[in-house]
Amino acid sequence: MEYQKKELPEKVRTTGLLLAGAGLLLIIISYIVDPRREAFNNVIGLMFFASIAIGALVLVALEYLSGAVWSTPFRRVSEFIASSLPLLLVLAVPLFMMMGLVFHWAHEDVVSADKVLANKTAYLNIPFFIGRTIGIVLVLYLFYYLFTRNSRKQDETRDQRLTKTNVKLSAGFMPVAGIGLTFLAVDWMMSLEPHWFSTIFGIYYISATLLAGLAATTYASVSLNEAGYLHPGINKDHYYSLGALMFAITNFWAYIAFSQFLLIWYANIPEESIWFVMRWEGNWKYISVLLVLVRFIIPYAGLLSQPAKSDPKRLKWVSLFILGAHFLDLYWLIMPTYSKSIVFSFYEIGFPVFVIGLIIIVFYMQAKKHNLAPVGDPKLQRGLDFHL
Amino acid sequence: MNTKKIYSIGGLFDTPDGITKAAEDAVKEGYTKFDVNTPYPVHGMERAMNLKPSLLGFITLFVGLSGAAFAFLFMYWVSVMDYPLIIGGKPFFSWPAFVPVTFEVTVLSAAVGTVAVMIALVFKFPNNSHPLHDTNYMKNVSSDKFGLNVVYIDPLFDESKVKDFLSRAGANNIEVIYEPERKPLRVFDPKFIGLLVMLVLLTAGVTYFTLNKLLYMPPFTWMAVQDKLSSQSQNTMFADGYGMRNPVEGTVARGFTPYEFKGQPDSVVKNLSNPLPFTKENIDKGKLRFDTYCSPCHGYYGKGDSRLNGQFPNPPTLHSDKVKNWSDGNIYHVIVNGQNVMPSYAKQISKDDRWAIIHYIRVLQRSLNAKDSDLETKKQ
Repeated sequence: MEYQKKELPEKVRTTGLLLAGAGLLLIIISYIVDPRREAFNNVIGLMFFASIAIGALVLVALEYLSGAVWSTPFRRVSEFIASSLPLLLVLAVPLFMMMGLVFHWAHEDVVSADKVLANKTAYLNIPFFIGRTIGIVLVLYLFYYLFTRNSRKQDETRDQRLTKTNVKLSAGFMPVAGIGLTFLAVDWMMSLEPHWFSTIFGIYYISATLLAGLAATTYASVSLNEAGYLHPGINKDHYYSLGALMFAITNFWAYIAFSQFLLIWYANIPEESIWFVMRWEGNWKYISVLLVLVRFIIPYAGLLSQPAKSDPKRLKWVSLFILGAHFLDLYWLIMPTYSKSIVFSFYEIGFPVFVIGLIIIVFYMQAKKHNLAPVGDPKLQRGLDFHL
Repeated sequence: MNTKKIYSIGGLFDTPDGITKAAEDAVKEGYTKFDVNTPYPVHGMERAMNLKPSLLGFITLFVGLSGAAFAFLFMYWVSVMDYPLIIGGKPFFSWPAFVPVTFEVTVLSAAVGTVAVMIALVFKFPNNSHPLHDTNYMKNVSSDKFGLNVVYIDPLFDESKVKDFLSRAGANNIEVIYEPERKPLRVFDPKFIGLLVMLVLLTAGVTYFTLNKLLYMPPFTWMAVQDKLSSQSQNTMFADGYGMRNPVEGTVARGFTPYEFKGQPDSVVKNLSNPLPFTKENIDKGKLRFDTYCSPCHGYYGKGDSRLNGQFPNPPTLHSDKVKNWSDGNIYHVIVNGQNVMPSYAKQISKDDRWAIIHYIRVLQRSLNAKDSDLETKKQ
């Protein structure tokens, strides 16, 4: 069976445009009505987008680095999702212009009256903050560019040495991605409470990032394969591996999240535990309990059995569910700084809809230009022959 | 002639592709009770052998959940019911602290339980070996060959047909594997059982001795038992044997000023005025203390007509001209020093309370000696 390149239907682009348009409209209205609240939602939207795009790129590098073959038929899907990376800056620009709306430490008068914040100004200052975010996105995009350039060249030349080059690149990419994601998490989410600190926070976001990237890749791969756009050799064993990896990373997230909670709960130092107290007072308590349920228990139970991991229908709803849970997780991380009780209305909907629309449009444009299967990759045939 | 019972007939193959093909052929021939042994997991073998998914996963789930429940309930029993200790100011039932141990025990019991059940099922408990052990076939498939063996319980099993099938499938080196001669079940040997019982008794005895004698610590008594003398108990340190000691002569308590006219006659008291302001709170306090300490003899209104009347010498009324004209300091002096039959109340009534009582006495004196002019004032 040979891979035949097919164009994605117009419907995909229309859906993407509709979602992005509706989202953008909601965002503009929200920014006019309540700029402060929408700025917080902008942070959620940015982190949501970053975790899907960067998570997909990490999966690409992970495949090269670990020498996995089962995921090679899906690699292009991850690459297309990761191609939306530079658009992160589009979401970040409104926040760069309105740092004071969200970040307590961005006010000079507050910092000068606060000794703790004054000592942190070497790190927490606006020019360095903006420089870090732009730098991280650009460096990650450079790696994306190199990975995909080699892979596309391979489609034509079938040069096996390009795989070797990409393996070396991924070895360099991994620490960069880990450090970059840690900086993004610390800058955009931990510094919302500039007095608070948790050394595990970066890994918490990295685990969530991997899960979001994988869930997006899984949903796109299973839907495209069912419609016949991927390589026809893909079978249930490939699905099983996607499901098993999602199951593993769900557990990894729970492990990290509980580790963070346990240490802070055990030591019970006011400057640390305040962060959990904020999320356990008033009706935020319900979101905290709900998060355990939707982020861990339901995906865990949904993917536990062997048949469930290879069932395409199950995989599709679980991956969408995980993306929803990821959004809830970010909402839980960011919004308690804005409000002492739960707030949810059209303000909160604009950004996720816009981000999903953007990713769909970018995916459609990439699929138009490039193959959906890396036909020149020497691992492709081995990947298609993969059996449990 | 060999009278041993045949267990299975095995053939060896050289390549993973060869063994996969052979397994597919065996399924096509209609064999169902055959097994494949390879030096490493060959992907796609389960499908080639047409195997149903293993039920071992459910055993793992069951054993794991049992381990989790056991660990959690055990910790609950220890730290909430049997031996509650306050740790870090947290409640006895601090479930987050139980989670890491519960997790470890879940993993441990699931892993050990799975291996134990698998060994029991494969070796057919109480046997402790498999017929394939110690055969040439097993030696080869655990180094560089791939083996397929058809077991005698297969309904189509027939020695010559199976050999024929294996050679057609491309096996070299076909081997007949016999059931090993099994000795009577050693598990139920009296000597073995005796040894087990002895071991159990020894372990239990050593554990009991170590925990209850060597490492014994008295249980926590919430500080009810302490190395100090309680009141009324005998003291062996001093000749008089009293547990409660008087302070050394001349001791003055912190924050306490001794009364300067102690033990001196009434007439020396001068310049002693009430330091408490004449407020509702102080008068209320004075009433409370007066009713407690003074009223048994002086009566609720200070008239000297108390409920002890006739059993005890009655004091004179506090509404006499003498007492009314006394300064506050004079009354204070009487409370501290006593007068005639009245003993000193210095030990029972604190300094502030004495002054509060004096305020109240003044109120009593005024209230029982109302003047006509009071009514006039009221009218206006």
